[in-house]
Amino acid sequence: MTFVKRYLIPRLIQYFLVIWLGITVVFLIPRLTPSDPVMKMVDQMRARGSTLEPGAMDDIIEDLTQMYGLEGSWLEQYGDFWARLVQGDFGVSFFQFPARVNDLIAVALPWTLGLLLMSTAISWTVGNIVGGLAGYYTRRRWSRVLDSVAMVVRPLPYYVFAFILLLLFAYVVRWFPITGGASLGAIPTFTWDYIKDVLWHSALPALSLVILGGAINFQVMKLLVQNVNAESYVQYAKLGGVTENRIVGKYIIRNAMLPQITGLALSFGQIFSGAIITEIVFGYPGLGMLLFRAITNGDYNLIMGITILSIIGITTAILILDLTYPLFDPRVRYT
Amino acid sequence: MKVLRDLFRDYRFTVSFVVLVFIVTMAVLSFFSPYDPTLWHVVPRDMPPSSEYVMGTDSNGQDIFWQATFAVRNSLIISLISGIVSRVIAILVGMIAGYKGGNIDRVLMFIGDSLLVIPLFLIFVMLAMMIREHMNLVTLGLMLAVFGWAWDARLIRSMVLSLRERDFTMTAILSGTGTLKLVIREYMPFTTPLIFSTLINNMSWAIGLEITLAILGLVNLNIPTLGTMLNWALFYQSILLGRWWWILTPVILSLLVFIALYWFSVSISEYLDPRTRIQRVGA
Repeated sequence: MTFVKRYLIPRLIQYFLVIWLGITVVFLIPRLTPSDPVMKMVDQMRARGSTLEPGAMDDIIEDLTQMYGLEGSWLEQYGDFWARLVQGDFGVSFFQFPARVNDLIAVALPWTLGLLLMSTAISWTVGNIVGGLAGYYTRRRWSRVLDSVAMVVRPLPYYVFAFILLLLFAYVVRWFPITGGASLGAIPTFTWDYIKDVLWHSALPALSLVILGGAINFQVMKLLVQNVNAESYVQYAKLGGVTENRIVGKYIIRNAMLPQITGLALSFGQIFSGAIITEIVFGYPGLGMLLFRAITNGDYNLIMGITILSIIGITTAILILDLTYPLFDPRVRYT
Repeated sequence: MKVLRDLFRDYRFTVSFVVLVFIVTMAVLSFFSPYDPTLWHVVPRDMPPSSEYVMGTDSNGQDIFWQATFAVRNSLIISLISGIVSRVIAILVGMIAGYKGGNIDRVLMFIGDSLLVIPLFLIFVMLAMMIREHMNLVTLGLMLAVFGWAWDARLIRSMVLSLRERDFTMTAILSGTGTLKLVIREYMPFTTPLIFSTLINNMSWAIGLEITLAILGLVNLNIPTLGTMLNWALFYQSILLGRWWWILTPVILSLLVFIALYWFSVSISEYLDPRTRIQRVGA
């Protein structure tokens, strides 16, 4: 019981507070900024040359005000906003009317989740293992070479790095497709051909996420291992004649990996943003591409839906990671 | 002088120093540009590099070299605004949270941690869509600053927490030093290296986000920055049409800026305090 009272409940309160704060920011942005989203929409319609009777324009303005939830005082608007969210309703997309935001996101989400989970898992595991080995064998040549590579790759933002990979491997050497999540006209089935096609298309976007994420994990892990390596229990194990493989695998890497789990949780927001940006570069049909289309069309409702869903998704992922932490570290027991 | 000699012993410092000098020189050169960066069709279009047009010209009829000098200057201005303003916020939040502790600490750190968790890129997209007409170097820099302080505030806070427990804090308080004076006179010297290295990291982050937002078309495309240059080059399909000089100029310049800023911050903070390396890499 003490676990529930001392840890779970405060952690859950924090979880809901973060979601509340994030969504409140999303609510406030269009209201605190100087431009009026309704008039902007109307201007865009006019700019596209739609001719309407004078009365019809007023109706549209009224409808839009209602759809944006801009009726009444801020407090009322805030109440309505939450009432709709709790029902899981993000409203309709303005530019793919009458498609619902929920449905559009549901189509795109599996692509993003697949790309994100696959690349995070690979970059975290590989980055930590290679970083751990490089931290133990600091003086080896390959360790230094990898260190220099990480020094170059690490500072690059997702967009620039993805763009360079695209230039190199899709334009200069045409090993990978330039855009898309599967070949045009391919029918989604559970056949090897289709899966191969999807994997081939996801190779470059996944690779760019894996290299960037892996470089960060590599650097952090290398330093962590160097610190653990200096601990007295490692010295003791060495003097006691424990085999080197066992020391590196069980004593050092395992211990140094623990802060990396917390690190993964903290950096999840950035990894997610990075995946979205990478999708835009490669025209990968996930949330990023949906966001890009929403931006170019000025589809505010859709952007809001994607943002709110991402906030909830990321905080939930972090919560799960936090709650399962004792599985990885037997020293932490929520008693 | 000895400091400089020690710093130059690190190849990363030497390389980044040379590159940064080159970048700043380019930014300064923009003041001597023969062309107005906002005007189109001032030179023949789509010329490859030649003795007259060092980096060639683009499809808008602008000289790419001189355009790049403005781009570098404006990107640096954005990143400096973002870096300096967010430093002020981070120092205030970190010092207050660390020194006062208790509920203030809890509330401030909660806000900071929330900012770390929320996908900021999406928030920036929403904000940028709303204020697109009012978007200029200053508003963009401020927008990035308001959201970009969380991690650095956390670093400063943890440093203040450890400083607060040291003996000299007690000595200072007992001898009647005020809180403000204590923080400025006694704590600042310890936190300065940290603040400096986070400033450089933040600048690099700001330039990166500016490029991303610009390519999505969410900033004022008539102001030349590294991002808007890329946007125009992509808009006119310069890759497919083989105009490599146009697309490569902003790409190579931004690569140089990112790597130089990172190496600069790494080498300086390693020189100042080898033990803080682990904190820096976590940023």
